[in-house]
Amino acid sequence: MFGFFKKSTDKKSDSPQPDELTPPPATTTALSWRERLKAGLARTRAQLGGKLKSIFARGKVDDELLEELETLLLTSDVGMEATQHLLDELKSRAKRDKIETPEGIQKALSDALHTLLLPLEEPLDTSAKRPFIIMIAGVNGAGKTTSIGKLAKHFQSQGLSVLLAAGDTFRAAAREQLQAWGERNNVTVISQESGDPAAVVFDAISAAKARGIDIVLADTAGRLPTQLHLMEEIAKVRRVIQKADPTGPHETLLVLDANFGQNALAQVKAFDKSINVTGLVVTKLDGTAKGGVIAAIARQCPKPIRFIGIGEGIDDLRPFNARDFVDAIFE
Amino acid sequence: MLDNLTQRLARVMKTLRGEARLTEDNIADALREVRLALLEADVALPAVKAFITAVKEKAVGEEVIGSLSPGQALIGVVHRELTALMGEAHTGLNLATTPPAIVLMAGLQGAGKTTTVGKLAKLLRETQKKKVLVVSCDVYRPAAIEQLKTVAEQAGVDFFPSLPTDKPLDIARNAVDWAKRHYHDVLLVDTAGRLSIDEAMMKEIAELHTALKPIETLFVVDAMLGQDAINTAKAFSDALPLTGVILTKLDGDSRGGAALSVRHITGKPIKFAGVGEKLGGIEPFHPERMASRILGMGDVLSLIEDARKGIDEQKAVEFAKKLKSGKGFDLNDFKDQIGQMRKMGGITSMLDKLPAQFAQAAGQLPVGTEDKMIRRIEGIINSMTSDERSKPELIKASRKRRIATGAGVQVQEVNRLLKQFEQTQKVMKQFSKGGIGKLMRGMKGMMPGMR
Repeated sequence: MFGFFKKSTDKKSDSPQPDELTPPPATTTALSWRERLKAGLARTRAQLGGKLKSIFARGKVDDELLEELETLLLTSDVGMEATQHLLDELKSRAKRDKIETPEGIQKALSDALHTLLLPLEEPLDTSAKRPFIIMIAGVNGAGKTTSIGKLAKHFQSQGLSVLLAAGDTFRAAAREQLQAWGERNNVTVISQESGDPAAVVFDAISAAKARGIDIVLADTAGRLPTQLHLMEEIAKVRRVIQKADPTGPHETLLVLDANFGQNALAQVKAFDKSINVTGLVVTKLDGTAKGGVIAAIARQCPKPIRFIGIGEGIDDLRPFNARDFVDAIFE
Repeated sequence: MLDNLTQRLARVMKTLRGEARLTEDNIADALREVRLALLEADVALPAVKAFITAVKEKAVGEEVIGSLSPGQALIGVVHRELTALMGEAHTGLNLATTPPAIVLMAGLQGAGKTTTVGKLAKLLRETQKKKVLVVSCDVYRPAAIEQLKTVAEQAGVDFFPSLPTDKPLDIARNAVDWAKRHYHDVLLVDTAGRLSIDEAMMKEIAELHTALKPIETLFVVDAMLGQDAINTAKAFSDALPLTGVILTKLDGDSRGGAALSVRHITGKPIKFAGVGEKLGGIEPFHPERMASRILGMGDVLSLIEDARKGIDEQKAVEFAKKLKSGKGFDLNDFKDQIGQMRKMGGITSMLDKLPAQFAQAAGQLPVGTEDKMIRRIEGIINSMTSDERSKPELIKASRKRRIATGAGVQVQEVNRLLKQFEQTQKVMKQFSKGGIGKLMRGMKGMMPGMR
């Protein structure tokens, strides 16, 4: 909440409405985006950055500093493996470059994190195919349907036409939720009374082809990777998409909640196994969660992070930028 | 992915062998492993620290009795402490008030509040014969009210309609009036998901609480939450006088360390656990089982309970009789058993509950094959005549060919099934002769990993 106030005072000239429909002019986009991200991650920074400063102030890479950094990274959900990696990296950098100032240590750590996250920065290019079919998957409550609404908005603002497929035929009122989003965005939603998610998606793709739509967003029901029959079902949705369009799906997005702990890793692995995940969407980064699990993912099963969600507003879903993300944490 | 604590400790415990007593020095390394295991299970750091200190106090001086190795003695202490920390036994909902007993739900977005309301409503209606009314105060998320309505229909309880244009407070007040006038025993109030840092929303739910004076205020938490669970729990318990916690999505493969973090901060009992998407998927929370799960020791007790649920009592009695009378175990029984295994949620869901070391061994099979195999076995048996099923020795080459064609499999598969059956038959014979003790000894030989 503080972050929100700060955000609006920071850039009064800019759009004060979080769900303003038109994006700000291109020149200010980068800046305001960075501001927004910073505001969104304000908590993360307060939690991490504040403590970091006092740790860095010691000015020397010794065991005690490493121990405290380890604790900090662990409490940010970075996980054992990635934490160890970052610390080793910091140690070797400190030795190599003889870093002894607090700023130097901070820079070395932020560089190490940046190097780790940079491979994940790979924006989604939707121009290759038409219709560009995006399939969205994730566990229950990760924010799939909400993210689809935001994605639809994102693509529309680029002048692309969008069609939504209400593939969540299981959860009560999931279809209605998507329809409501569709109405707000002026987007057609293809849905069926009940039945097979694969059939709905197939329908949607056919409709998109007939209408010359640029992007199809296919929603699916939330599922835990342990529910094998449901994992089988989503694999089928993918196969059916291939039937409707042999080159599709052009992107398979897995939605992760930034609040998740180390289980996010297991999710990426499991979903990758059954539907071949090509990108990630990390949601709810505006809470107190630090999203450190991104680093664990970068380390153990790297997948490009296509978008991150930093607020409830409809345009609070943006492409991931490793430098901005790291800066927002360390500044 | 994760080593279980037992294995981790086995490594450091090598140095501990021969010590008769746990001391601060000789458990330091071991405690570090415990700490790492807890962190990997997503238990929040402050909770881990407090826990480790407690364990250290309890463990130092503990005698290593009998055949227990120091490692096992320490795990014993850890497990006991963990159980104690999460509350000794299951506590149910407190509904002892002038009806309607109001239950308020709170939690983050996507924690599973609405689904949990449905599950609780069904549980109260079916097991306690309560007249339940549910109402949604979520005027923010599109179709949230619609979702609760559908869920209420499925649960067979009354739904108090609300509109997204209403104020949450008004909706709640009207629902209470309605519940009073229509003699409902329980009113479940669903609320919108909110971030703990969203002050306006936190104020709203605090106001709801003041207006409703609920007898139970339940905090719904996702078992998958990471380190941040502790901050969220703190914010919610500061804003609301919580009376209990519900842990959702426990059917996933997360270790559920959030349970410990939340318990550490709120000190409130975890009352229920949500498992599965169906409305029946709610269970009383068992601290000792959760302790095992967090430590990666498997949830054997739940497995046993599942087994009990899955087995048809009458069939089991018949089966036992048959075994006692010394009559052979035939393919019909074999099929029944397989069917029961499927009822228990298939082998894979059973594997989840096994201790990590077994699950690892079994998990080497590609995912899903076990369940497919079961279906195939059933198919093959279904292609047999009843004579063949009761006297499998009849099945010779040409019958095998016929069965294989009928089931759409290769003859080899029929052979494999018959071999499996023979093995099972052997085990069953042992069982009828020497009772369960002998059977267990036999099992020991089959599973080298078991101690």
